[in-house]
Amino acid sequence: MCETTVAAMAGKPVLYYWDARGRMECIRWLLAAAGVEFEEKFIETPADMEKLIKDGRLMFQQVPMVEIDGMTLVQTRAILNYIATKYNLYGKDAKERALIDMYTEGILDLSEMMLQVVISLPEQREAKISLVKEKTKNRYLPAYEKVLKSHGQDYLVGNRLTKVDIHLLELLLYVEELDSSLLAPFPLLKALKSRISSLPNVKKFLQPGSQRKPPPDMKRIEEARKAFKF
Amino acid sequence: ENQAIAVMAGKPVLHYSDCRGRMEAVRWLLAAAGVEFEEKFLKTRDDLERLRNDGSLMFQQVPMVEIDGMKLVQTRAILNYIATKYNLYGKDMKERAIIDMYTEGLMDLDEMVLHQPYLPKEEKEGNLAKIKDKSRNRYFPAYEKVLKSHGQDYLVGNKLSRADVYLVKLLYHVEELDPSVLANFPLLKALRTRVSNLPTVKKFLQPGSQRKPLEDEKCVEEVMKAYI
Repeated sequence: MCETTVAAMAGKPVLYYWDARGRMECIRWLLAAAGVEFEEKFIETPADMEKLIKDGRLMFQQVPMVEIDGMTLVQTRAILNYIATKYNLYGKDAKERALIDMYTEGILDLSEMMLQVVISLPEQREAKISLVKEKTKNRYLPAYEKVLKSHGQDYLVGNRLTKVDIHLLELLLYVEELDSSLLAPFPLLKALKSRISSLPNVKKFLQPGSQRKPPPDMKRIEEARKAFKF
Repeated sequence: ENQAIAVMAGKPVLHYSDCRGRMEAVRWLLAAAGVEFEEKFLKTRDDLERLRNDGSLMFQQVPMVEIDGMKLVQTRAILNYIATKYNLYGKDMKERAIIDMYTEGLMDLDEMVLHQPYLPKEEKEGNLAKIKDKSRNRYFPAYEKVLKSHGQDYLVGNKLSRADVYLVKLLYHVEELDPSVLANFPLLKALRTRVSNLPTVKKFLQPGSQRKPLEDEKCVEEVMKAYI
């Protein structure tokens, strides 16, 4: 309780989630890229979760939840959109926002498939991995390579950094973790990956000791599955 | 031909099958905003392939909406753009955050609802039970609580927003699947009545509008043939 109040008074966002990537990681990335310091309160036991629910802080009894600017926000996209707007990472007008949204949603669709691989039952995993690789190679990466090719600019939208460049970098790193050969046919994506990784705030976040979370540990997932019943 | 005229006239053109699915939320929002739109229905696999080969579908998927010179895919991208354009997205970024939070909860519920007709027979009963449970115990109570907390006519900022429109759409749809679901939610019922009486929504609720009926066998068969 104390830590939350201090952090909130200091104006720092407070993130509530497990000590894992899951659905919170894209939010950590965006805050980090925007140069915003944030606190984290990790859910460790079912009792932690029950307390959040009982205190009425989770509108749909789910996390991610972020306390920011006096609001208790749930729903990943609501949180991301607010942060992006506040820190000018959401384009200059409605049309740029539409493109950013369209591109973001494709990334989130693929990310969801990847998340499903992590939380799926061990016997389903291989089939899900195949599906992810197929979609990555044939649907998603070509779409973003095409965008970059079409305008030849350094960023996906509006010739400047927006939330979707950060989301894409994060995704490309996961694709690489899954199978580094998947990125080979996409030179512009590889270049974007280097370029965004070199931005000072991003570079800092990529260093050891940052709040970036490591790849999932299957043993911990199975333990969490039993405890939290998913 | 109609498409060319529609585009020149500035009307959005919706590309989807002649079913509710993921496009229904878009139809509701445009209708509530009083925006006339055209529809091009996908009936066969060829219709989908043609759109794909044209390069019209960024991820080879529909919904796709042609609007203001853009070919937008991804339901949220489409809805966000329409809501912004027609002032149904709150007055500032904090109101937008709340609207987004409410809308995203509704989309989670809608995900269960829109899949129902397309599920294999053996999964239908389980999914319906899940819809009933989540509506009655998670989602509808959350929105009833919001309305109770401020006593206003609309969910956010005392003015109609996309969140109200989406909520009303779902209230009707879930009630079709579970007729007594609204029994314990008087404020939701009142909101639904209020929103339904707005001239644009009233018109959309009348027979002959572009609102789609609950999916029937024919719809499901068509979609399965075209997409799967």
